[in-house]
Amino acid sequence: MLGRLTWAAIPFNEPLPIISVAVVGIVILTVLVTITVKGWWPYLWREWLTSVDHKRIGVMYVVLGLVMLLRGFSDAIMMRTQQAIAVGSAQGYLPPDHYDQIFSAHGVIMIFFVAMPLVIGLMNFAVPLQLGVRDVAFPVLNSVSFWLTASGALLINASLVIGNFARTGWWNYPPLSELAFSPDVGVDYYLWSVQISGVGTLLTGINFVTTILKLRAPGMTYFRMPVFCWTALATNLLIVAAFPILTATFMMLLLDRYLGMHFFTNDAGGSQMMYVNLFWAWGHPEVYILVLPAFGIFSEVVATFCGKALFSYRSMVWATLAICILSFMVWLHHFFTMGAGANVNAFFGIMSSIIAVPTGVKVFNWLFTMFRGRIVFKTPMLFAVGFIITFVIGGLTGVLLAVPPVDFVVHNSAFLVAHFHNVIIGGVVFGALAGINYWFPKAFGFTLDERLGKASFWCWLVGFYLAFTPLYVLGLMGMTRRLEHIADPSWQPLLLVAEAGAVVIFGGILCQIAQLYVSIRTREQRLDLTGDPWNGRTLEWSTASPPPAYNFAVLPRVESIDAFWQMKRKGRPQAEPAYEAIEIPRSSPAGFVTAFFAVVMGFALIWQIWWLAILGFLAAAIVVLIAGWSIEREHEIPAAEVAQMERAR
Amino acid sequence: MTDSFEPVFDRTPGVEEHGPTVSYLSYSVGLGLAILATITSFVVSQTDLLWPPGIPVGLIVLAFAQIGVHLVFFLHLGSGPDSTNNILALAFGVLIVFLVISGSVWIISNLNSNMMPMPQ
Repeated sequence: MLGRLTWAAIPFNEPLPIISVAVVGIVILTVLVTITVKGWWPYLWREWLTSVDHKRIGVMYVVLGLVMLLRGFSDAIMMRTQQAIAVGSAQGYLPPDHYDQIFSAHGVIMIFFVAMPLVIGLMNFAVPLQLGVRDVAFPVLNSVSFWLTASGALLINASLVIGNFARTGWWNYPPLSELAFSPDVGVDYYLWSVQISGVGTLLTGINFVTTILKLRAPGMTYFRMPVFCWTALATNLLIVAAFPILTATFMMLLLDRYLGMHFFTNDAGGSQMMYVNLFWAWGHPEVYILVLPAFGIFSEVVATFCGKALFSYRSMVWATLAICILSFMVWLHHFFTMGAGANVNAFFGIMSSIIAVPTGVKVFNWLFTMFRGRIVFKTPMLFAVGFIITFVIGGLTGVLLAVPPVDFVVHNSAFLVAHFHNVIIGGVVFGALAGINYWFPKAFGFTLDERLGKASFWCWLVGFYLAFTPLYVLGLMGMTRRLEHIADPSWQPLLLVAEAGAVVIFGGILCQIAQLYVSIRTREQRLDLTGDPWNGRTLEWSTASPPPAYNFAVLPRVESIDAFWQMKRKGRPQAEPAYEAIEIPRSSPAGFVTAFFAVVMGFALIWQIWWLAILGFLAAAIVVLIAGWSIEREHEIPAAEVAQMERAR
Repeated sequence: MTDSFEPVFDRTPGVEEHGPTVSYLSYSVGLGLAILATITSFVVSQTDLLWPPGIPVGLIVLAFAQIGVHLVFFLHLGSGPDSTNNILALAFGVLIVFLVISGSVWIISNLNSNMMPMPQ
């Protein structure tokens, strides 16, 4: 009746997960009780959970990403602590089985449920506003995408208390991830949560490609789009091209595990090397899916806070598109040591070095934008400067790793760990944090506290260097990644420095929480009444903060790049425009309900409760069909109401 | 403000267009051709109609014909005002599929040639 699910699935004998789950459970319960007592459910349901407004969905994505950042970071600091104390005869506090789950969960969570939601959330919020339109192309689909991503996050967190998580690392390579070597639910939790959220990501990709290609304000030709929209276009093209590879690969592994097939087994004609190959054919485009929007955010931030047009807009666009294509020609550098011959390794090594060229073009564009600009060092700009320095270092160690002979020496070492954290924290995380600080006033109508924002930046920057510079050194000293116990005591001092760095980063996270708290408490004093707190250049700053549900009462007419800057220079027309009635998409519970049944289905598949899996799938399919056939999808805001809201600005 | 902007941009996402944009005839022809291509491939693979070593080639040709039928009759590639976008998207897709498939074949066959000979 309940498949593999028994009471034994809950690890009552392990205090660590039980205590942490109890604490998290109490927090969630407190939040739910507060919402119920205060009677906020109808508001939450109407305005947020069923909202198809791209701005609301974007905010929910970012909240999901930040909450999961706490989870992923607690995994990180647990690993750092284990490595710092489990040296020589000391065994540390984490048993190997638990430690392996933690590093696997850390990787999966940080990539799929922190970086992706943050990046997609910021695109959701900013892209339609920058394009000067009223929503994305498929608003209900957008809500479905978000809730499927949230479903994946929920399933992965469920693994903390019901069952366990994969011990395979976030690559999940066979044969270790095959049924013979990972017989319990850990790998299934990984595969199904990523499969479900992956559907959401793919739908997001389709939605945004359509939006950017088909919905733009009148006059906004391709070469008048803000750079962030270009990077969003490239990212979503990559999502559409790359995520099906991951879904198909994971589906083959699932067929191996569930139906005894032999795609990646050692026997019966399977090849585990094919898994490695396909995983990275998705995996390398994935890193550009994450970092290209960050590049876009920095382009907007640098241009805004230097008071100058971005240096060489066209080369920025072409560099973005070049990266978009080249990112599909380098994936073998993740497995130089798998046994390919010198000619194959040389080709992919050279391609990996070449992809640094367009990235270098971008770095010079940002530098030349700053050159002789009037730089205003607000928090987003600080993150941008920190990013340029940090990302260049990470990029250079990347070019080093792209040389196959060097890679053979430091492959799978702490050097590699330092390299990719260098580019992901320095690029994606800094980009997301810059974007959050930059667009927060637009989203909520008041600015964030600068003092605490700057404090969080310095903690992140200093903490990052403290945490990862030692890992470069340790990697060269021979330390491999994912060590649960350190045999060589001479590594301990550097590991303690890295631990200190993690603590400093934690300080940065605390500063951000404090920043949010303080800013919300003092929001009356920091209201953004102009809608343009940074003297912005692109269209999102031309509407009110927070923008009305319809974004723009009258769609802006675009005559150049930096459209809003141009409008400000020409001066606003004095006469009030003739307002028309505006149709906006209706809220729809389809996303939330579909995702609910997707969770049911995923959970049932993990525990092999077949009847429940079938029920969950059928229910989700029926909800999708009902939503697809509904006719009444929009409601109209009368012209008088629009005029009233616009005059109230 | 001028009226030089063409109304090619939707004002509101999801505005319903009234009436079918493409005639049912095109869908019916497409369905017929798709069924024809499917049946032919089964016939070719199950009978001696083709010279046996040529059967894989025949199936590949039929597969491409099938893709073409889908693109033209169901996805309406090449019709409508903004076929540039569609053609570019198709070109991007074809390029990526080519890169991934040819790269994978190259990588895996190279690995295979570097393996130790299997004991017979």
